[in-house]
Amino acid sequence: MSRYSLASLFRNGLSYHENWQAAWRSPEPRTEYDVVIVGGGGHGLATAYYLAKEHGITNVAVLEKGWIGGGNTGRNTTIVRSNYLWDEATHLYEKSIQLWEGLAQDLNYNVMFSQRGVLNLGHTLQDMRDIARRVNANRLNGVDGELLDAAQVKAMVPIINDSPRARYPILGASLQRRGGTARHDAVAWGFARGADAHGVDILQNCEVTGIRRDGAQVVGVETSRGFIRTRKVGVVAAGNSSVLAAMADLRLPIESHPLQALVSEPIKPVLHTVVMSGAVHGYISQSDKGDLVIGAGIDAYTGYGQRGSFPVIENALAAIVELFPVFSRVRMNRQWGGIVDVCPDACPIIGLTPIRGLYFNCGWGTGGFKATPGSGWVFAHTIARDRPHELNAAFSIDRFFTGRLIDEHGAAAVAH
Amino acid sequence: MLLIECPWCGPREQSEFSYGGEAHIARPVDTDALTDAQWGDYLFMRKNPRGAHVEQWLHAFGCRRWFNVCRDTVTYRISAVYKPGESPP
Repeated sequence: MSRYSLASLFRNGLSYHENWQAAWRSPEPRTEYDVVIVGGGGHGLATAYYLAKEHGITNVAVLEKGWIGGGNTGRNTTIVRSNYLWDEATHLYEKSIQLWEGLAQDLNYNVMFSQRGVLNLGHTLQDMRDIARRVNANRLNGVDGELLDAAQVKAMVPIINDSPRARYPILGASLQRRGGTARHDAVAWGFARGADAHGVDILQNCEVTGIRRDGAQVVGVETSRGFIRTRKVGVVAAGNSSVLAAMADLRLPIESHPLQALVSEPIKPVLHTVVMSGAVHGYISQSDKGDLVIGAGIDAYTGYGQRGSFPVIENALAAIVELFPVFSRVRMNRQWGGIVDVCPDACPIIGLTPIRGLYFNCGWGTGGFKATPGSGWVFAHTIARDRPHELNAAFSIDRFFTGRLIDEHGAAAVAH
Repeated sequence: MLLIECPWCGPREQSEFSYGGEAHIARPVDTDALTDAQWGDYLFMRKNPRGAHVEQWLHAFGCRRWFNVCRDTVTYRISAVYKPGESPP
């Protein structure tokens, strides 16, 4: 794998950029792997990358039923932050931010991680109490957080509607300066290229149709490209986790919901930070291309159709226009849906299952993108060592039987 | 936007309804004898199928009555609606 550098850019410029090496190979499946990762999204590719890099396990395949970057990794609103409430979640997401901070160098791939700050607005006294509590909890956990009043929010984002006569007036916000955005496709491509460079096989158009077991031990996966033998299978197939669990006769506390997002036509730079509001339910940032990236909510009903219903978009845009009246005549370019795994406590499930050699990483709900590197890092550890890392020990599926849930509905910022 | 046929009011648009999740989950009878695993299964575990799904809806901005809907979770097409207490067609 040739490294990207100023010299390689110059060298390839001499041949009109027509001779760049493919970022990853497209090999034929081998008959056997040490580990098979089901799902070639960001989390799955990050898992494969860290399996190879941190644990020296390179005989790994990542199976993707579609194409790399075509699922939820390419459908989210690219926001990264770690200002969660409870210790377990904060430490997990904070690990992820720390990996984000060095990711472009580590992968030798520009993931365009931009720490432009994330504002979580409060519109009621109770919102502000919750925000103050969360900021304090973050700071006790060593995570940066600031509490802003309405004037400070206005000073930071001059185009925001700060009228006290608004239906939901802005009373203040939390600010995490180390939060921001990253280029989502680049994250998938960078991890794919990094994993491939370590010898991982990335198999696209390879759908898993069955999980073969011998007693309580996994022995392989049936795929659309034939049977693949392996004794360790890591499933990271957000949206379709329940479908894969059913192949192994497991039940999950997960329901799949459509989540929608949309982008506007490109406009001049006008919004330099991420603004989220759980109360009026909208979140927005401006991409480097200039388009406004807007996130809506999930549809209440379950669905796998990768599209949602119109009233959900209408509500999100009503909230955005209320917050930013200046955007009322901006036209929307594209709108799409992805399918998210929603867990009852708005926290993921990462860990072992009752079946030996079968590991699940799912339930990230509406906010999995921010966790991509950290999720892969802990899941790789879990698979390699056959036990969870201390960062994801609390996120086992057992919590739904012991009752030790990690309720992050508040910090999830948008209602799950 | 789904067009949902309330068994009492007829076809109305989706925004009049609220969703109530998987149907026919009966609360266990002998609750004192349940294990943690059985409680966890009843409270949290869901079928979440890709395809045919039987679910509950409430006509929240209408007659305010619950009913059941058979809906495909990929095409979102509704194949049947029926009242509580009736069996799925």
